Amino acid sequence: MTTNLAAEINGVLAALILLSSFGLLVQRRMTGLLHIFAWQGFFLSLSTAVVGYTAGLHHLYISAVLTLTLKVFALPYILYVLIHKLKIHREVEEVVNIPTTMLIGIALVIFSYHLTAPIRELSTLVTRSTLAVALATVLLGLLMMITRKKAVTQIIGFLALENGLFFAATSATYGMPLVVELGVALDILIAAFIFGIFFFQIRTTFDSLDLKQLEKLKEEDF
Amino acid sequence: MNSRYFPVLIEGLQVATVLLAAPLLAGWIRMLRCRAQGRRSAGILQPFRDLSKLFIKDTVLADNASWIFTSAPYVVFGATVLAGAIIPIISVDLPLSETADVIALVAIFAIARFFMALAGMDVGTAFGGMGASREMMVASLAEPAMLMSVFTVSLVSRTTSLSHMAHAVMTGPVVLRPSLAFAFVSFVLLAIAETGRIPVDNPSTHLELTMIHEAMLLEYSGRRLALMEWASMMKLFLFTSLGVALFFPWGIAGRDTVSMIPLAFLSLAIKLALTGVFIVAVEIRLAKMRVFRIPEFLGMAFLLATLGMLSFFILE
Amino acid sequence: MSLLMLLGVSLVSALALAFVGDRKRAAEINILGSAATFAASVFLAVRVYQHGPIVAGNNFFFVDALNVYLAVVTAFVSMTTAVFSRRYMRHERENGRVGRAGMRFYHAMFQLFIFAMLLALLTNNVGVLWISMELATLSTVLLVSLYRTPSAVEAAWKYFILCGVGIAQALFGTVLLYFAAERVFGEGSAGLLWTNLSQSVGSLEPTVLTLAFVFFMVGYGTKVGLVPLHNWLPDAHSEGPTPISAVLSGLLLNVALYALLRCKVLVDGATGSHRAGHIMMAFGLVSILVSAFSLLRQKDIKRMFAYSSIEHMGIATFAFGLGGPVATFGGLLHMLVHSLTKSSIFFTAGHASQMHDTQEMSGIRGLIRGNPLAGWGLMLGCIAIAGMPPFGVFTSEFLILTALIKNAPLLTPVFLLGIGVAFAALFGKVMPMAFGPAPENQRRLKLSHFPVIAHMALVLVIGLYLPGFLSAWFHMAVELLK
Repeated sequence: MTTNLAAEINGVLAALILLSSFGLLVQRRMTGLLHIFAWQGFFLSLSTAVVGYTAGLHHLYISAVLTLTLKVFALPYILYVLIHKLKIHREVEEVVNIPTTMLIGIALVIFSYHLTAPIRELSTLVTRSTLAVALATVLLGLLMMITRKKAVTQIIGFLALENGLFFAATSATYGMPLVVELGVALDILIAAFIFGIFFFQIRTTFDSLDLKQLEKLKEEDF
Repeated sequence: MNSRYFPVLIEGLQVATVLLAAPLLAGWIRMLRCRAQGRRSAGILQPFRDLSKLFIKDTVLADNASWIFTSAPYVVFGATVLAGAIIPIISVDLPLSETADVIALVAIFAIARFFMALAGMDVGTAFGGMGASREMMVASLAEPAMLMSVFTVSLVSRTTSLSHMAHAVMTGPVVLRPSLAFAFVSFVLLAIAETGRIPVDNPSTHLELTMIHEAMLLEYSGRRLALMEWASMMKLFLFTSLGVALFFPWGIAGRDTVSMIPLAFLSLAIKLALTGVFIVAVEIRLAKMRVFRIPEFLGMAFLLATLGMLSFFILE
Repeated sequence: MSLLMLLGVSLVSALALAFVGDRKRAAEINILGSAATFAASVFLAVRVYQHGPIVAGNNFFFVDALNVYLAVVTAFVSMTTAVFSRRYMRHERENGRVGRAGMRFYHAMFQLFIFAMLLALLTNNVGVLWISMELATLSTVLLVSLYRTPSAVEAAWKYFILCGVGIAQALFGTVLLYFAAERVFGEGSAGLLWTNLSQSVGSLEPTVLTLAFVFFMVGYGTKVGLVPLHNWLPDAHSEGPTPISAVLSGLLLNVALYALLRCKVLVDGATGSHRAGHIMMAFGLVSILVSAFSLLRQKDIKRMFAYSSIEHMGIATFAFGLGGPVATFGGLLHMLVHSLTKSSIFFTAGHASQMHDTQEMSGIRGLIRGNPLAGWGLMLGCIAIAGMPPFGVFTSEFLILTALIKNAPLLTPVFLLGIGVAFAALFGKVMPMAFGPAPENQRRLKLSHFPVIAHMALVLVIGLYLPGFLSAWFHMAVELLK
């Protein structure tokens, strides 16, 4: 595979990751969200593998496999089981309506493009331009966490945000040293478990997974 | 024959193609649809028979119809034919294409749409007004998105002239461009909305509360109805050819290559046939959307077009 | 060797307590583990003091004056907290607020939390620093929701989500840092090693590092609890068990600030400008003001002191942002005295709320009559934290103020306004709780004397005179932060 072709494939994958971020923002159904999330993980792992292949960095294969198992199979499956056990596949409510969210999302993409523009000039890597996409994915994940009310959607937003970070690590820098990547993967796994425990705690204490219930701790007004 | 006249000849040939092939495409789609639903079709030529029947019939005008109502069909038809002369369908070597770029094309379609909506409101029936207001809602959302989508292609080819755009895509190196992919998907969604196909509008009904296009034509009869129907068939044909010219121009005859023209016809026929299959496949699987979902549908198209444009800047 | 012991003891105790944490003697194991950790940290500190910085474990660890001092503070406060929590948690257990599994969980996670913080302090790898910060968050999240009340679960959820998001930004900053370093050191771990980065800081790309610092600021700033990223902090402090509030406030915030400082040094070195400092000053000043005015309207005792922590972290961040030897010295000293004073205040405040079965300040009255140590402890702690002489907080704030008047005189009134409002608010709320007759529903409970007395004595000593070795030590750290 030539470097150019790899860069092109990576560009397409970056675009698909960006598209899936927007898909997460506009999708209403829970299972739909999980599917899009799994696809995003798949694109991410594919892009990691492509980068690993072209750069000859074999430790990236390990991250690709890690991403594949964790983000494409394990986490969506865990969340799927949770959704079924807790019976929350209803439509997702959103705080801000979807067209507005989309417009904000587009603004965020432009913002991250501007923010990373100076770095683009510096890098010699073929994958440098994907840094903006990575940052945009991070910001869109953040936006999703802000605009959605349900706990599960917030988590998917959080995990999408982590996807963006992974993408930044692999595409912008050809992968961080493996120690760091393993640590990050471990952390995400622990976080997912804690999320799981949390669901049940919230469920048992509030009898619902709607985060509107979690708005009691506020400053009281005089 | 002097080669100076070739472009003019080709232009004439193309306009004739637009006029004749549009009903054929409509007939092809209807035929496929009948087959897919297990009905016997009336044949691919049925739209011609319908049109000629309408041309023979007498026209009935509402008492309070003004000059707008009577002249709108001619304006709509004329604008659509003009659009057909601009889009490179069989050749990129079109004299008229040099005079009008893609922005003008969108504007020409807007003129046709504007007069159609005026005509819908002119007689003052409830259906006409409703159709016109819905048409305008769709237009206000679809047009910016359409421009965004087309501009992405112009960014890639660095020109807004349709001929040059098609030429650039045709002769340029084949690379994977996410921006074009996004723009194309967005264009397909918009073309569905603009030409009033399912799931945005249902072209084969006259009696639905949520219809858009047909609601504006309810008061027309005779040759004016024929012109309107013909124009809408041409619009479908033109959007298909526009998509082909922008995203899959391979096969369209290049400059000074008259010998390519038969081949261009062949590739056009194949592409149109495939488009028909695609449209029917979509239409028999989907139901019409509720009207208030249409903005979301168009919003998605806008989003995709914007993403296409952004990914051009970011990734290419 | 002492390095391995320092980290190993807490990890082993965490593992052990995961199995036996509900036994009768679990609290003693907890204390023993923390004491051993403390001893190891002192040993390590002495070595660093005598022989200079240590790089160990195949470049994995790096110990200099700055981080070993924080490691000693961490180990010390965790030890005294372990002592305090013995009685406190036993009482909570008797009250039925925590079950057997809860106790086991509490003890194991406490040690794991200490381990994560020590690892964050001592590692040489910026990536591992990030991982251990995340580990510190994760290990305390479920401790905050230990009581399983709706508000505790809510607080933990907020803590988790906000810190998770924040720390994710820090990871992005780390990626950017590695991006810049890779161009100098090539691929591999070398680009993430603090020792390498700080040596060739001049060759790192300034634009990338400036951008990276923005992400570090947002990321680690969330953990420091700087306004406007502070929303999790009051909730997590007020809803969790008191020992956890004490270590969160006294230690975790310090460690996060330490991470931020390390990044600042790099960015300053690379850009040669003072931009990072200005960002920190702005965040610090806003934190001081917002938290000071928030203090006025608090009703919950732990929540109020949580806001006070935001204020003091704001002061320290402001001081480091100001830069220069005096302000940096003041900032380091402030981290130390705040950590000692605030954990002591949380001990007494937790005790006071146990005595009255409420965290509402209106329900807590007559503390000095009911339990002189708790009452005076709270009162003196409050005097200390408000920055009154003769306590150490006065010294550090005075140093910062001196530097401020010299370098940025226009900001002085704003700074003083914040401190003044906080002072008034704290006193107005604490006086009625400490003095006056004891209400009838007040219960008499025994308080562990040692932690409160030890902390307050240290703060007093530091306020009266700074021991020579301590000030020499700080000077070494100041050199590192230049």
